[in-house]
Amino acid sequence: MSNDNIVLYERKPLPTKLPLLGWSLLLIGVVLTFLAFSTDNVRASYNLIIVLMWVFSIGFGSLFLIALEHIVGSDWSVPFRRLSEILAAVLFATPLIALPLFLNLDQVFSWLNPVILDSDKYVKNKSPYLNESFFVIRNIFVFLVMFLFYFLLVGRSLRQDKTGKADTKKWSTKISAIFMPIFAILITVVAMDWLMSLEPKWFSTIFGVYYFAGSVLTALAVLTFIAITLAENGYISKYLTEDHFYNFGALMFAFTNFWAYIAFSQFMLIWYANIPDETMWYMQRGGEGWMTISLGLIFIRFLIPYMALVTRPSKSNPFRLKIIAVWVFIAHYYDLYWVIMPEYTKKTELHAPVYSWFEFTVPILVLGVIIVVFSLVAGKKNLMPIGDPKFRKGLEFHL
Amino acid sequence: MDNKILHSVTAIFHTPDDIIKAAKAVVKAGYKKFDVHTPYPVHGMDQAMKLKRSPLGYFAFALGVIGATLGLLLMYWTMTVDYPLNIGGKPTFPLPAFVPVTFEITVLLASVATVVSMIVIFFKFPNNSHPLHDTEYMKQVSSDKYGLTIEAADPNFDFEKVKDFLSKIGGTNVEAIYYDNDEINSKLTLLEPKFLTGLAVISVLVITITYFSLNKLMFMQPFNWMMDQQKITAMKVSTFFDDGFSMRLPVEGTVARGFKPYPYPDSVELASRVLVNPLEFSDVNLENGKRKYNTFCSPCHDYHGNGVARLNGQFPNPPSLHTDKVREWSDGHLYHIITVGQNTMPSYDKQLTQEEKWQVILYVRALQRALNAQEGDLQ
Repeated sequence: MSNDNIVLYERKPLPTKLPLLGWSLLLIGVVLTFLAFSTDNVRASYNLIIVLMWVFSIGFGSLFLIALEHIVGSDWSVPFRRLSEILAAVLFATPLIALPLFLNLDQVFSWLNPVILDSDKYVKNKSPYLNESFFVIRNIFVFLVMFLFYFLLVGRSLRQDKTGKADTKKWSTKISAIFMPIFAILITVVAMDWLMSLEPKWFSTIFGVYYFAGSVLTALAVLTFIAITLAENGYISKYLTEDHFYNFGALMFAFTNFWAYIAFSQFMLIWYANIPDETMWYMQRGGEGWMTISLGLIFIRFLIPYMALVTRPSKSNPFRLKIIAVWVFIAHYYDLYWVIMPEYTKKTELHAPVYSWFEFTVPILVLGVIIVVFSLVAGKKNLMPIGDPKFRKGLEFHL
Repeated sequence: MDNKILHSVTAIFHTPDDIIKAAKAVVKAGYKKFDVHTPYPVHGMDQAMKLKRSPLGYFAFALGVIGATLGLLLMYWTMTVDYPLNIGGKPTFPLPAFVPVTFEITVLLASVATVVSMIVIFFKFPNNSHPLHDTEYMKQVSSDKYGLTIEAADPNFDFEKVKDFLSKIGGTNVEAIYYDNDEINSKLTLLEPKFLTGLAVISVLVITITYFSLNKLMFMQPFNWMMDQQKITAMKVSTFFDDGFSMRLPVEGTVARGFKPYPYPDSVELASRVLVNPLEFSDVNLENGKRKYNTFCSPCHDYHGNGVARLNGQFPNPPSLHTDKVREWSDGHLYHIITVGQNTMPSYDKQLTQEEKWQVILYVRALQRALNAQEGDLQ
């Protein structure tokens, strides 16, 4: 690539079928969600939390990947930064998804139930944090902070396509450095509010990290799948090599291990200390038919992706990577289902895992949201940050 | 020069791009046994040299599996089989608690395996010499130059041709490397005085340091702070309590969990009339009764209850348990004797729980039946 006149990237409009597919999935998802809410709004709310947390994962994880790239100054990921920036826009769908939940908070969260508040002093003691108004206020605040950082991180990068200004890098690095600690707090708040407080008596200090590990993994999986699919069909630069994709594989491998490490740390400490306040969460997931699903989590979320990614060729082969990315994406759904739905069966005293069209709405809606947001945001933009001074260097990356 | 054996021909290149081009050219020319030396890992060299996948991964994997197995077996043997310990009410094979240790041993053995197998396979351990050592070529390529060697063992090797070829593809300082005769002829001997002296010195040093650190250093400030806490040590004189005992008696009137005081300490008649054995003959009850009987009763009463036992002569022999008198006593009567004692026999209230007493009585009944078996018992 010594020739300067070579075209590194040429914009090719996305196929018109893509928004069609996205909108139809979204439409089916929304209709099914409305149907679900009119049939059984408790169950529908629990499933909508899965949707919300799944979409959050992708948006948050993408934002994290962008900030990480700016902070560490990596070269290989520069060509893919725009895809992460487009994916991070799914964050704008989260308030819409959260809206029905805000209207149904008392259907889901038992810390709003006056009977439980009166009878349980542990829950009552948490009411300065776990109360309706503060919950709504801080979550709206979380949304606003996320949007702010989305514009700060992504806006300049988009403008850079035209201007090609080099000092954008400096600005982005600073913003990313400010973003990181705030991100850590935000994702912990999100994980605690929407996932941990489903069982208000239970607490685990590592829970935010647990959700973070899964989130970054999911964002990486979506990015990997989209990047490889676009590259194979010529929508992004043809100079991408297996060395680029190797990094996706390696990062997915690393975060798979990280997730297992965090999940096991959480489990082992609670198991060892054996305090009823803490073990109750795992007891719920160890009985009433949930045991099989809990054991399955070890395989689906850790052992199978681990074995699939452990060798070097599997980290760089695009076809295998695509399969693993889909697997990891679905494994996150499995994980969220495992975290959220036992609380539903406990609340409704069903004593068995449930899966029917209520739950099947979740992946349809999430896929719809991703595809619609991607096609909307990507519409008139370059799919690669052509203005970035490091763009060429990133394309020339070799292991 | 003539009696020396040729090892390889070396050439120096000046930039990473040159060395990658050179490596590609060498592969193209069909040489198999060649190597590249660079001061740092040059990206893309694997593809340029057309290296096959290294077998090291398999060694690491195999030893990792062995490590995991050994670690689990070690903990299984020590914690479950040889000396089962109840830790916090956990099962004696607490798998989650074993996971971190298993992981550590897996990583340890896998990484050690990688290093050891690399040394053995690629450096032909215990041989520690190589003709390229101490050459001008090695000095250059380990600081700022890039080198390429074609070995004489290559099937296409021809001294003059290789020399020309290397200069043609841009190599400078093309030179031949010969085996050092001294190194070929030298043999490694274990009984060399220097080696043995070194070994002895190291052993003495290690033993001294270990002894000192474990027996002296650990008892010095600040390492002894943990020992010198203000705490009570069981079986040691206490300076805190007035009576000098570290271990405290329970408060007056304390009753153990599940314990009910014996209500008839003074009346055998009442006990034998009122008390009924709540247990039934079952394998568990008899097995436990036998164990307790053999521990606490058999020293005097003998394993079979005939009264001539291991302590024969040191105490007055107890009467046989098989007399008609004892057999006609009710279970409550026996329970009273075990609880309160009789004649020389002390109370066994402290040694046996209420349930265990009834189990022992069941076992005594079984012994009595065994010595006076009737026709009907065979069924």
